[in-house]
Parts: sequence; C-alpha cells; structure tokens
Amino acid sequence: MKPIAQLIMTAAVAISASVLAPAAMAQETPDALVKRVSNDVIDAVKADKDIQGGNRQKIIDLVNSKILPYVDTQKMTSQAAGRFWRQATPEQQKQLTTEFSTLLVYTYSGALSQIKNETIEFKPFRADPSATDVEVRSQVNLTRGEPITLNYRLSKGAQGWKIYDLNVLGAWLVQTYTSTFTSEINKGGIDGLIKKLHDRNQQLASKPLAAAK
Amino acid sequence: MTLRNASGRSRASGLVVAAGAALLLSGCATTNPKDPFEKFNRAMFTFNDAVDRAALKPAATAYKKVTPGFVQTGVHNFFGNLTDLWSSLNNFAQFKGQDGFSDLTRFAVNSTLGLAGVLDIASPAGLRKHNEDLGQTLGYWGVPSGPYLMLPILGPSTVRDTAALPGDWWGDLWTHVDDIPWRNSGIALRAVDQRASVLDASTLLDEAALDRYEFLRDGFLQRRQSQVLDTDKAQQRADKVQERIDKVQEKLGVKKPETPNDGADDAAAPAEAAPADAPAGAAPAGTVPTEAAPPNNPPVPSPATPAPVTQ
Repeated sequence: MKPIAQLIMTAAVAISASVLAPAAMAQETPDALVKRVSNDVIDAVKADKDIQGGNRQKIIDLVNSKILPYVDTQKMTSQAAGRFWRQATPEQQKQLTTEFSTLLVYTYSGALSQIKNETIEFKPFRADPSATDVEVRSQVNLTRGEPITLNYRLSKGAQGWKIYDLNVLGAWLVQTYTSTFTSEINKGGIDGLIKKLHDRNQQLASKPLAAAK
Repeated sequence: MTLRNASGRSRASGLVVAAGAALLLSGCATTNPKDPFEKFNRAMFTFNDAVDRAALKPAATAYKKVTPGFVQTGVHNFFGNLTDLWSSLNNFAQFKGQDGFSDLTRFAVNSTLGLAGVLDIASPAGLRKHNEDLGQTLGYWGVPSGPYLMLPILGPSTVRDTAALPGDWWGDLWTHVDDIPWRNSGIALRAVDQRASVLDASTLLDEAALDRYEFLRDGFLQRRQSQVLDTDKAQQRADKVQERIDKVQEKLGVKKPETPNDGADDAAAPAEAAPADAPAGAAPAGTVPTEAAPPNNPPVPSPATPAPVTQ
C-alpha cells in the first residue's frame, strides 16, 4: 500500500513540476537575484565611460533595462501611499506608480553615476524556503570611511522575486517617503501629489547630472 | 524631559520670531507625533540651509577640489582617530567589550604608528571603526529618543542626543586643545571635512526629496534608531550563532531541520543572543515600536539538540 501511495505522490509532484516548469525557471533565490542584478549594473557602470561622465540618458536606460524588471513599483508606491492607496482610483494609482518610479529611477541614476571603486559585500542570507517576504543584506565598502548598509526587501509574486523596498544607512526608502506622501495628499489630494512628482521629474529630466567629477 | 521640552519651546519662540519669513514656509503642517517642534525645527532648517549655502557648502566644494586627495584623507583620519577613544568608552558602557577593545586598539595603533592618526593603519588590519556616542549609550540603557530636534549649525538630532551633547563634547579630544585659535580652526576644518564627505549625498537628497525637511527627518530618525538598536550587529550575531549551530549539527551528523524545533534547552544560543536582545527590549519604551521587532526575531534559531540526545 505504502509504495503505491508514494508512487502516486511522486507522479503528482512530477506532473505538477512539469506543468509549472516555466514558473519554476524564474525561481532564482532572492539573494542570488539581488547579487546578479547589482553585479550586472556595477560592471556596466564601470565599463562605460559615458555613464561615469554623467550621461543621464544612458544611465536611465541602464536602470530601466537592468533594474526595473526586478522591482515591484506598484507595491512600493502603494506602501508609501499607505491608507490613501485604496482611496485612489485605478487611474490615479497607475499615474502615481509611474511618477514615483520615474523619480526613483532619476535619483538612483544619480547615485549610480558616482560608483567608482566601491565594492558590494553580501551578508549571509538565511530564509525559510517557504518564505514569501525576505530581506537581503549587503554593504557597500568605500575606499574611505565606514561601509554603507544597503538592504533590500523582496516579496515573491507570480513573476518570481521582486524588490519593493531599499534600506540605505538604516533608513527604509518607503518609510522615508510615507510622511511626504501623506502631507502632500493632505495638501492637494492624490492628484496634487501626482502633479508634484511630475513637476519634479520634469525638472530633473532637464537638469544635467551633478555627479560628473 | 518636560523641563527640557519647555525650555526648548521658549527658545523656539525666540528663534522663530528671529527667523521671521521662514515661518511662512512651514505653513500649517499637521503635527507629526515624532516632531512636535516642527515649526521651530523648520525655521532652524531654513537657517541652517542658508548658512550651508552661503558658507559651508562652497567651502567644502572648494576644499574637495583644491586639496590633494591624500591631505583630505589625512585630515579625515586625524579627526576620526580622535573620536575612537570616546567611542570605545561608549562601547564599554554598552557592554560591547569586543567593539570597545577594537576601538581602543585602533586609537592606540593609529595615534602612534599612524602618526597621530593621520594614517589609518588599523582599518586595513581588520580593526573596523565602531562609532558610538553618548546618545547611543543612553538609548541602549532605555532612554527614549524624545522628539526630533533640528539644532542650529549641528543639524538633525533628538532631545536625548542633544542632552548628551555636552558629554560628547567633553569626550571629543579636540575640545581639550588649550590654544583657542588652534582649537577653533580645527573645529572649522573638521566641519568642512565632514560637509565635503556628504556633498554627493546632499545632491542626491535635493533630487529625491519632495520636501527636504521631511525626507531628512524621516531618514535621520530611522538611521539613528538603527544605530541605537544596532540592528546590523544583532543580525550578525544571530548569523554567527546559527553558523556555530550548523557546524555542531554537521559534526554530529544531524540533518539540519527545515523548521526550528522549539523547546530546545541548549544554553549556548540564548546566552549568545541575550546581549543583542537586551537593548532591543529596553529601547522600545521611547523609540518607535515599528522597528523594535527585527532585532528580536533573528537571534535564537532554536538548535535541534534533542536529536543528538536520542541517537
């Protein structure tokens, strides 16, 4: 009786595995994902003189192609908006997500263009295999001064692991934006916040990168 | 606390009047529980910003451009070395003996072989710098941070850390230099050095923040709390404990369990994790409770000691 039950189980597992194969292929572990993405990006920046020289469009292209596919921008935005997220119409949610992620791309690009001799060191990663929300910890070692903490929060969704929050020097990005979002929404509603983000993005788009040093 | 708040407020009103136009900018902001002095703080922020734009930032930019790199590093190391002694005392006051000895050794080695601290030879030798100040020590012992406070020139702080400033000032070796012109120029040089080291970061802040005041405040308070709770170190300790447990289990040939067993009566792991737990347990009294959880959960991944016993 027992071997038969086992056989059935094995068959069931095998079938489900083959059916779910495409999904399983995307199942890179979260720490491996963050490592791969950040190494890719750093290598790309170090190899590209234009980026180091502050070519904003090139950096933005890099962020869009190499980083953004692994970021859950909607989750990020909804968490920063907190209770206001549910009050927003789907159209507002979409706009807010677009503007907020554009702002993050701009600022992240600014940070990336400053990469020179820094190295990233990943700390040991431990998580329950069944976990769907994890933190990957790393630090940026500078040539001078104390290392900078750089941690990521990832959650597992239909498309595999995605980053939805970032901790720099002990401060979480989403939490840091939360009260700004709240006060802007209190002032001018969700549309007011969208407009504010939009204006800032326009301003940044026309400004050359300050990092070219 | 209440006394301090009251004095802060009276000082606040005076300064707010002085700052005049700055008040208009603060508007009628909704009060944030972490920042009851927002009006004063915003006025102070505007003042600091004006000083920064007029003097500190240009000076730091020029310093960074003109001074040779090795001189900048030397200046940075020299002042950094002076803080290591005080930092080591604060580590000891928080029962962080290992970090305390490390900072003390750093100070001894760099002050002598490192030519009065100009060369940081301890860092490449693996002695990492642990910046601890009196505010963090007070936080370790459960003193709540109190509201956010923007200090003139010195920048973001909290009521607790401001109260600790005289101690830190005393612990800062440079303030014990007797020659006043020397002392003051040193303080000025250190300010320029510190501003120069965050030039890139401040540019980033300008770009990322919709409201720089709020962004700086919320970032600072989180960072400060993580420094006090030593979130990073608590996790590192937990990782070390876990590694040791893994090694023991490998030696005993026990398969690593998927889910930790509870009720294991192994003394080693909890004892190791206790120092990390203690401050975390004490601190939430004053700190925002949201972050209090992380340091608590990583330690104590219960070892599977019952298994070797049964074998």
